[in-house]
Amino acid sequence: MYKEMIAAIRPSVMMTLLFALLVGLIYPALLTGLGALVVPAQAGGSLISRDGHVIGSELIGQNFTAPRYFHGRPSAAGKGYDATNSGGSNLGPTSKPLVDRIKSDQVAFRRGSAAPIPADLLTTSASGLDPHISPEAARYQIARVAAARGLAPAAIEALVAAHTEGALLGFIGEPRVNVLLLNLALDRLAHSGAKAGG
Amino acid sequence: MSFAGWALIVIFTALIALSAKPMGAWLFALYEGRRTPLHGVLGPVERGFYRLSGVDPDAEQGWRAYTLHMLLFQLAGTVLTYGLLRAQALLPMNPRGLPGMTPDGAMNTAISFATNTNWQNYAGEAVLSNLSQMLALTIHNFFSAATGIAIAFALFRGFARAETKNIGNFWGDMTRVTLYLLLPISVVYAVFLMASGVPQTFLSSLDITTIEGAKQTLVMGPIASQEAIKMLGTNGGGFFNANSAHPFENPTALTNFVQMLSIFVIGAGLAWCFGKAVSNTRQGWAILAAMLTIFFVGAGVCYWQEAAGNPVLHHIGVAGGNLEGKEIRFGVAGSALFAAVTTAASCGAVNAMHDSFTALGGMVPLFNIQLGEVVIGGVGSGVYGFLLFALLAVFVAGLMVGRTPEYVGKKIESREVKLAVLAIAVLPLCILGFTALSAVLPLGLAGPLNKGPHGFTEILYAFSSATGNNGSAFAGISVATPYYNGALAVCMWIGRFFMIIPAMAIAGSLAAKKITPATAGSFPTTGPLWVGLLIGIILILGGLTFLPSLALGPIADHLAMISNQTF
Repeated sequence: MYKEMIAAIRPSVMMTLLFALLVGLIYPALLTGLGALVVPAQAGGSLISRDGHVIGSELIGQNFTAPRYFHGRPSAAGKGYDATNSGGSNLGPTSKPLVDRIKSDQVAFRRGSAAPIPADLLTTSASGLDPHISPEAARYQIARVAAARGLAPAAIEALVAAHTEGALLGFIGEPRVNVLLLNLALDRLAHSGAKAGG
Repeated sequence: MSFAGWALIVIFTALIALSAKPMGAWLFALYEGRRTPLHGVLGPVERGFYRLSGVDPDAEQGWRAYTLHMLLFQLAGTVLTYGLLRAQALLPMNPRGLPGMTPDGAMNTAISFATNTNWQNYAGEAVLSNLSQMLALTIHNFFSAATGIAIAFALFRGFARAETKNIGNFWGDMTRVTLYLLLPISVVYAVFLMASGVPQTFLSSLDITTIEGAKQTLVMGPIASQEAIKMLGTNGGGFFNANSAHPFENPTALTNFVQMLSIFVIGAGLAWCFGKAVSNTRQGWAILAAMLTIFFVGAGVCYWQEAAGNPVLHHIGVAGGNLEGKEIRFGVAGSALFAAVTTAASCGAVNAMHDSFTALGGMVPLFNIQLGEVVIGGVGSGVYGFLLFALLAVFVAGLMVGRTPEYVGKKIESREVKLAVLAIAVLPLCILGFTALSAVLPLGLAGPLNKGPHGFTEILYAFSSATGNNGSAFAGISVATPYYNGALAVCMWIGRFFMIIPAMAIAGSLAAKKITPATAGSFPTTGPLWVGLLIGIILILGGLTFLPSLALGPIADHLAMISNQTF
C-alpha cells in the first residue's frame, strides 16, 4: 500500500496540473476567443448604448424610480439592483419581516387606488436583477406613466403589448415584459411625439 | 397550476427518458475504452497526458489501488485550489484588486468544489477574480464529475466481471471521461449559452450610468465556459451569488430548460450504461423507472405547493402563486421544476431562492437531498448511491423469501450489505448530529436569518446539502463563520468519501465473485414489482429517518403558514 501511494504521487500531481491547464485556462480562453468572433454582442454582456454611452445590459434589471418610467420588481440585491451583489431576500413563507415589507410597499404603490397590485410588483426576485415584469404588472403602471408624460394611455398600452414576450412553444417560460427595453422605447416614443408636435 | 406548467414537467421527464439510451451508449463506449470519433482530434492529447504523468491506462488496478489514486488526485486538486484562493491578491487577472480568501473560507471552498458539493459561503461576484473562477473552481467542476463517473464505472465492472481483483484503471477512466464526454459537450453547450446571452469575456466589470442617472457596476467574466460544466457535471457552484437565477448565468426560459436537461442527462445515461455493462439493459431501465417515478412525484408536489401560493401573503392581498425569490422569465413552474431537478441530482445550482419557497414546496428539495440524491443523482454518485440501495432491496427481498439475495448475477453477502448500510447510515448520522448540535450551540444559532421553524429548516437544509454534496441552500443562513465553515467542510468530506469508499470496496468484493446464473427461484430485478420495492426501500431507509426533523422544520412551518402565524 505504501509503495502504491508513492506510485500515485506523480500521476496525481501531473494530471492535476495538465488538466488544470486544459480545462482551467485553454478551455475558457478558447471560448472567449470564439465568443468574441461569433457572438460578440451576447458574449460581451448584451450591452445597450444610447447616444454613444453604454446605459445598461438588456439582461440586467435597473432601479427605476421616476413616475415617468415603468418600474421593475422590488430588489434585494444590495440597495436595489446592485449588480455586484446579486441575491434574494431569503425570507421564508412565515416571515414577519416579509409581511411588513409587502405591507409598506403596498402603501407606497397604491396611492389611493384600490386595484389589487400584481404579485410580482410586491415580491423580490431571486437574483435581485430580474429584468422582467409580468404583462399585468406593466398594465398596472400604464396610467401613472401616461399621466407623468402627458401621453394618451392607448399609445403606451400599444407599446406594452409590442414588448410583451410569450412562452416558447407555449410551455417554456412565462409571458413577460423587459422593463429597460420598454422604458427606452417609451423615451423614443416621447421623443418622436414631441418632434411631430413641434 | 396551469396546463403549461404540467406540460413542462411531463415533457421534461419524457425527454430525460428518451436521452438515456443515446447518452448511455456513449458512456458505454467510454466504459469499455472503445475508440470514438473524437479520438481523431483528442487522441494525441490523451496519449500526451498519459506519457507526461507516467500512466499506463491499460494497467488494471484492484479496488484499493484505484481508490488510492483517486484520493490522491482529489487531494492534489484541493491543495491547488486552496493555494490559488489564498494567494488571489498576488495573482494576475484581478483588476478589481480582490484580496485572498480567509484560511477557513478557502478550506471550505476547496473541499466544497473537490467533493462536487459546490457549497458557497461567499458571493462569487464580490470576492473572486476571473482567474480564481477558472483555475481554482472550474477545474473541479470537471475533476469531480469525471471522478464520480470513474467510480460508477469501477462499480459497474464489479458487477460485470467475475473472479478477478481488477476493476479498471482510474487514470484511464478519468481522462477518457473528461476528454471525450465532459469537455466536448461543454464546448458546444457554452457556445449555445453565449449565443443566448451568457457573457464570456476576460473583462471583469463595467461601470455604467442608467437612463435615470443611477450608477450600476456590471460584473462579467468567463461565465459561459463555467456555466456549461457547472450544470453538466452536477456541480452547481455559480459564478454569481444568485447562481442560475442571475440573468448572466441563465438569461432565458430556453437556457433554463436546457440547464435542467443538462443536470440529468449524464445521470440518466449512466443508469442505462449500467444495464448494458451487466448485459441486460432491462436492469438499467428498471433503475431509471424507479428514479423517474420518485422524481416526478417530488416535482409535482413542489409545483402544486408553489402554484397554490402562500396563505400568509394571500391574507394581505397578494394573490396567486408564490413569486417571492423567483424570476419572472422562469415563473412558478420553471422554478419549482428546477428546484426538484437540482436536488434530485446532486447539482445544487438554483434558479430561485429555496428559502422563500412555501413550507412544503421547500420541503421537496430538502427531502430529495435527504434521500441521498440517488434519484438520477450526481454524475456517477447518483448511480453508485442507487446501487447501494438496490443491494439493500435485494437483501430485504431475500429475507422475505428466505433465499440468498442475488443481484445481476452476483450473490449479495454479509460484507456487501454491511458496507452498503455503512454508507447509507453515516449520512443521516452526520446530517442529524450536526443539525442537533447547531440547534443548541450559540455558534450554530447565530446562523439562521428566519425565525421560528423556518430558522431550524435553514440549519437542517445546510447540513443536508453539505453531507449530500448538493450545495444548494436555504440561503438566508449566514455560514461564512469559522464554525459553519469547519462543520460543513467535515460534512462534505464525510458525505463524499463515506459513500465512495464503501462503494469501491463493494466493487472489489463483487468483482472477485463468480457469476451465479439466474434460476427460476431468483428474485427478478426487472419489472414493476422490483421497481416498487426499490422505491419503497429508498423512501423508508432514505426518508423515514428524517421524518422527525422534517416535522420540526417544514411541517411545523406549514401549519403556521396555513394558520397565518408569522415569526
